[in-house]
Amino acid sequence: MTSWQGQLIRVDDYRWKIPETYKAGMRVPGMIYATRKMLDAMREDQTPEQVANVAFLPGIVGYSLAMPDIHWGYGFPIGGVAAMDVSKGVVSPGGVGYDINCGVRLLRTNLSEDEVRPRMAQLVNGLFSDVPSGLGSEGKIRVGRKEMNDLMVEGARWAVKRGLGSEEDLEVTEENGCMRGADPSRISDRAAKRGMPQAGTLGSGNHFLEIQAVKEIYEPDAADVMGINDIGQILVLIHTGSRGFGHQVCTDHLRVMEQAVSTYGIKLPDRQLACAPIESPEGRDYLAAMACAANYAWANRQCIAHWIRECFSRVLGKGPERLGMKQIYDVAHNIAKIEEHVADGRKVKVCVHRKGATRAFPPGHKDTPDCYRSIGQPVLVPGDMGRCSFIAVGTQKAMEETFGSTCHGAGRILSRGAAKRSMKGGDVIRELERRGITVKAENIHSLAEEASHAYKDVTEIIEVVHRAGISKKVAMTVPLGVIKG
Amino acid sequence: MKRSFQIVDHTADIGILAYGEDIEELFANAALALFSLITDAESIEEKLDLTLEVSSEGTENLLVEWLNELVYVFDAERIVFSRFEIRSLTHYHLRAVCYGENLNPTRHKIKVGVKAATYHMLTLDRNGDGYRASVILDI
Repeated sequence: MTSWQGQLIRVDDYRWKIPETYKAGMRVPGMIYATRKMLDAMREDQTPEQVANVAFLPGIVGYSLAMPDIHWGYGFPIGGVAAMDVSKGVVSPGGVGYDINCGVRLLRTNLSEDEVRPRMAQLVNGLFSDVPSGLGSEGKIRVGRKEMNDLMVEGARWAVKRGLGSEEDLEVTEENGCMRGADPSRISDRAAKRGMPQAGTLGSGNHFLEIQAVKEIYEPDAADVMGINDIGQILVLIHTGSRGFGHQVCTDHLRVMEQAVSTYGIKLPDRQLACAPIESPEGRDYLAAMACAANYAWANRQCIAHWIRECFSRVLGKGPERLGMKQIYDVAHNIAKIEEHVADGRKVKVCVHRKGATRAFPPGHKDTPDCYRSIGQPVLVPGDMGRCSFIAVGTQKAMEETFGSTCHGAGRILSRGAAKRSMKGGDVIRELERRGITVKAENIHSLAEEASHAYKDVTEIIEVVHRAGISKKVAMTVPLGVIKG
Repeated sequence: MKRSFQIVDHTADIGILAYGEDIEELFANAALALFSLITDAESIEEKLDLTLEVSSEGTENLLVEWLNELVYVFDAERIVFSRFEIRSLTHYHLRAVCYGENLNPTRHKIKVGVKAATYHMLTLDRNGDGYRASVILDI
């Protein structure tokens, strides 16, 4: 495939505009946050075309936005943000993705790298057995059909009510771990059936747990508010989503949306952008089902966080309180949310689609938790398993430019096949071990798919959002132990 | 031997190219491609059979529905299949008998966790004397 040849207008070093005139049917321009060097790679995999295609969607306001970690997705690019006016716009399951509320949760500890290093093998093995992982993994909690309905409505609270975590965790979870409007009657039996055995499991693919050490602190005051105080301090990151449940919800509703596109006479350049008006029965049904899947994911990360605390306590012989294992934050990076923003100079209620993008609300925002009101909402940006991850905060500029959104991670550059051909799973483990990183994976062969060089360097990504001002970097961490599904 | 399917690389995901002398064979080969991605198809024994029916608008959509039905049965019922007999196929409806067995994690090594078949870049057209289809899978 030849590289994308469309016009990109340089706004500044980090902003590139696709004019509305690029393609007939675009309702707004596109805006890509990237360096010139990143653009070359984006042109190669046609992602700018996808940014332009999203601009076709009815009711889109401002820009069709692309974060620097953008890469090719189905219809919507991964790393895309699009806000639709609720009164006249559409909602698109493709703008959320299959893994609804795939997201990241970060726990702090009082531990230092020196204390943890000698126990790393025990911790990694412990987490591997305590947190069910791998494809088709079944959870250690049993969820019946009625309980499944409660879980869909209550989200993370469902787990807290069962003693898996505390009220404090909910305060530092996006939406408090429970999205309103979840309606289990909008969920098919098959989605529920796929979801029930998988509640409380990590899953496979790019999902992982990571024991990290703080490597650099850029904003000591903000870091301090998050309980990040020292270089070498141990943090634990969880990356997972709504498992087969979210996938089935997406599949079920894409089918409905395929019909809706003709019912409402919507013209689309790509059928995977299938959508329906937000205020239509199809649109409302999807949002009610999506909220169920989002809540499932929050419950999932809540259960896993609890088992991580239990594992650390057992291995280190101290209670979670003494280990200081508080949750820093939990963010969704595949979700659509009704929010109020200012677009084109007026206040408007919009449905913000974030597909591979993170909410990044500023200091003082009503939805930024009280404890973070002074610094802004924490943003968690995991990198690949060999390099590093970042913690940032949201900014006012993100509110003004990107509907309070920023990047979500590194983004693939090599296909899974190409990654596997370039390195064997066993070699990946040895290479990481040489660098002091302990890895345990359910499937060693597929580990090669997740090797460092298969991903963009997250450092370059975070630099773009930091310099463009849509988030502010606070700290950088490096992996010490990785558990892969 | 005539090619029945191919696996195609894709940055974030994976695609299948399925061939068939007729549409029925193409549907069976697409299903075979799916399970050969999930596990080693030769490790699957024919211990049970399941009749599946799917409906949709048009043959292309029906192909996506068919693969999604199989993904569902695999993920929810934990069954893997190695042979497919397409009993009836119209533009709107498919009935097939699938042969396989319950997933046995010690014998069936899971290679790829396929989670959905997508409509993205979906094609189904004539290819010489037969047919060819391309489907991208979310994994």
